[in-house]
Amino acid sequence: MPGLVPGIHDFLFPGQDVDGRDKPGRDVAGTAGVVMTYIAKPKFHHPGLKKNELGYTHRDYEGKISTLCAGCGHDSITASIIEACYELSIEPHRVAKISGIGCSSKTPDYFLGNSHGFNSVHGRMPSVLTGANLANRDLIYLGVSGDGDSASIGFGQFAHSIRRAVNMTYIVENNGVYGLTKGQFSATADRGSKSKKGVTNTDNAIDLVAIALQLGATFVARSFSGDKTQLVPLIAAAIRHKGASFIDVISPCIAFNNHAGSTKSFDYVREHNDAVNRLDVLVGRDPISVDYAPGTVQVVEQHDGSRLALRKLDADYDPHDRLGAMTFLQKHAAKGQIVTGLLYVDPEAEDLHTHLDTVETPLNTLDEQALCPGSAVLDKINASLR
Amino acid sequence: MKPTDISAPDYFHKVVDCQWACPAHTPVPEYIRLIAEGRYSDAYMINWKSNVFPGILGRTCDRPCEPACRRGRVEDNPVAICRLKRVAADFKDDIKHRLPKPGPKNGKRIALVGGGPASLAVARDLAPLGYHCTVFDGDPKAGGMMRSQIPKFRLPDSVIDEETDYVLNLGVEFKGGQRVDSLKQLLAENYDAIFVGSGAPRGRELDIPGRKEAAANIHIGIEWLANVSFGHVEKIGRRVIVLGGGNTAMDCCRTARRLGGESVKVVVRSGFEEMKASPWEKEDALHEDIPILNYMVPVAFKHVAGKLIGVIFQKVKAEYDAKGRRNLVPSGEPDETIPCDDVLVAVGQENAFPWIEADCGIEFDKWHMPKVDTRTFVSTNPKVFFGGDAAFGPKNIIWAVAHGHDAALSIHKMLSGEDINERPLPEVHVSSQKMGIHEWSYDNDISTDKRFKVPHRDKVIALKDIRAEVELGYDLKLALGEAERCLNCDVQTVFAAPLCIECDACVDICPMDCISFTENGEEDDLRQRLKAPSPHHDQALYVSGDLKTGRVMVKDEDVCLHCGLCAERCPTGAWDMQKYLIDMVQAGSTCQSKARSAA
Repeated sequence: MPGLVPGIHDFLFPGQDVDGRDKPGRDVAGTAGVVMTYIAKPKFHHPGLKKNELGYTHRDYEGKISTLCAGCGHDSITASIIEACYELSIEPHRVAKISGIGCSSKTPDYFLGNSHGFNSVHGRMPSVLTGANLANRDLIYLGVSGDGDSASIGFGQFAHSIRRAVNMTYIVENNGVYGLTKGQFSATADRGSKSKKGVTNTDNAIDLVAIALQLGATFVARSFSGDKTQLVPLIAAAIRHKGASFIDVISPCIAFNNHAGSTKSFDYVREHNDAVNRLDVLVGRDPISVDYAPGTVQVVEQHDGSRLALRKLDADYDPHDRLGAMTFLQKHAAKGQIVTGLLYVDPEAEDLHTHLDTVETPLNTLDEQALCPGSAVLDKINASLR
Repeated sequence: MKPTDISAPDYFHKVVDCQWACPAHTPVPEYIRLIAEGRYSDAYMINWKSNVFPGILGRTCDRPCEPACRRGRVEDNPVAICRLKRVAADFKDDIKHRLPKPGPKNGKRIALVGGGPASLAVARDLAPLGYHCTVFDGDPKAGGMMRSQIPKFRLPDSVIDEETDYVLNLGVEFKGGQRVDSLKQLLAENYDAIFVGSGAPRGRELDIPGRKEAAANIHIGIEWLANVSFGHVEKIGRRVIVLGGGNTAMDCCRTARRLGGESVKVVVRSGFEEMKASPWEKEDALHEDIPILNYMVPVAFKHVAGKLIGVIFQKVKAEYDAKGRRNLVPSGEPDETIPCDDVLVAVGQENAFPWIEADCGIEFDKWHMPKVDTRTFVSTNPKVFFGGDAAFGPKNIIWAVAHGHDAALSIHKMLSGEDINERPLPEVHVSSQKMGIHEWSYDNDISTDKRFKVPHRDKVIALKDIRAEVELGYDLKLALGEAERCLNCDVQTVFAAPLCIECDACVDICPMDCISFTENGEEDDLRQRLKAPSPHHDQALYVSGDLKTGRVMVKDEDVCLHCGLCAERCPTGAWDMQKYLIDMVQAGSTCQSKARSAA
């Protein structure tokens, strides 16, 4: 299997090449007996591509070529992350992308080839991210995980990072199956849905969005890999949100979960998608576009000055009402509908650093005097605790 | 927009920009792939079938294909298509056994007037079918202007001999040194058809004061080049002025440099950029220390006692009127006299048909050009056909060949009792190139190499010997590098809407942002809503039928690299890479009376 060997990987020194190759031509990736050849994604790009404020095109935010199955929903999420970072004019080296294990957790290799990365142990992305964030609050933290990584082995880790309000964008690429081990149901598979072989799932599903709401996430959204116009602004808004942002992205597994009877297939999600709103992210002083009909747009200003223009699709839905959101989700889930959109946002959110009153400077830039203030200070602290 | 009809033979043909732009529609990517594979003879034969003179054209073609090449829209320079053609000719094995054999005669006799590319193309197509073709030319050897006007340092005689012989050896009768002086007489000889490929043989005059007095040192460019070619002229004065800005002027100045012209200047009326000469020919002239002076109009030849001493030029500047038309108006600067010993006048070529009598049934238009049908090449006399420069004025070799194919088809149809206006459709083959998940039967990796320069002979040596070919041609290593630059535009992206699940994989992987899934609309509106800008409206949009979500797939063909990644990443095989080959109809193509639709 080409791609990352499960284990601990250190991405602190990204390769010179965006696509990770040091020589032009074909790579041969494979294990004994099976040889697959891939061409590198050509470096040429459309001559008329727009550049962002930094002078980058969206191609500059790419990583290596994906080794996931053709048509995987995860690749669309990768493309959406690339698009969001491009639109926000984020400097790639200011991003730390952290993941666990699984198909989803391979994807950080496929975007932002020039950012920091950490491919952690299975289910341990949240604790690694929390630690990194505490040490250096200046980076943008992108946690990428899957339904197995976050709803099973890492369920506790997921819960605690959310309840601690770590400033991050936590994306779950949710396909409802264990793709790497040939398609067993995962913990997010809906009860009653069928596997590719026709087996019915008898376990109840974990709705990560509902859990995130309950645990106090201050930005909660659900989207669909097949709807980039919805997904890209949600990722952009989540990145700009200060606090724990959680996005559950339903991402069909082409190989094992895109059949009739699945509730995470392209067809099923398209038929049952109930989007409560559409989002536009407005950064800086861009005037709010005038082509919205009055009363249909709700503008939410976030801490960092970015504004979210929410076009309401469901007139009664209020994305500031946590309790209402939870009820709404339950009601629609019972009807077999998948609620998508920005489900909850608290523009006044605080994060873990605020709660802990930590120093604003990243630890790696503090000088020795600040880091080791000496025994007199220690004595003082000790005295205060006696 | 309506779903694109990819079964129309022209749709994918246009995507192969080079082939579409080529008058003879040579399957360029096909032969470039063969060169990359080292199959030079096969590459040569593809060319030979299509354009008859691969070695000659590989050195001299005006290359309409190269400005059209998709690569030129992706990066700075197109693929060096023309010089790769020469590679096929240079490195092929003996191909004589692969040429058609003279077939049994069918008793029909065709006279061909002029032994240039148009006539030879007609003879090449008709002789294997059993027609008795007789080519008449005033020169002793075949080739026409290819032999008489193109300097040997650009096109050696050996190349002309080889490729004209391939045609003549098909059983074509060549009557060298027999200029046709009377069409009436030729008609009286009861040929079944006559093809006129006599070119545009007359150089345009420059009638300004001093022309007659200084005539001894003022030469008409194409006549002078022919005289050099046949060895009648071996010297020219030390200081030479060439008047005119076309490719003939470039040949004149470079030839003059080799015949004793130490100080050779080209002087043109227009601006340097607007000159008719091909950019690479201008480059070659500049490289041989020939300055090109622009915005100067010759007003008089200066002479003393019958001896030319210089040319007086008026200085002009370009002014544009309200409609954007350019006018050259005097700039007000004083006239300039450039001293010289000889002048070469290369200000254009004209057709001349003094040998066509008024009662031959050939009607002429007000510009004294024969009335010729643009598709069938028949004149107002149903037995007389025209082609090449003789038909529509001076163009270049590849046009002459294309005319020849069409005229030959007309002659064959006429003599088979068919309607020459019914042109059969070309035969089209489309076949999938898929070999495995990531394997294609063509090399889909995209080379980022810049265009390779063709090695030139050292200038000092080149200027000493008028027969020393300046361009040495690519060696095999350079040829391979250049061949790899070709984007394989004939391997088409073919989309099957019923298979598409709208997963966006193709959109995400496409390096050029060619593919969009969006609501349908009118073309102008659609072009505004694509993933990347769509500035070239002559490049087609490939629009699918309605998909499950009610959207359509729209692919802008403009800068597609044909890398096949869309098809590799497509989980359902909705995208496939299929090679499109179009066989242009030539006389004797099988099933020619049966109109064939595309595959």
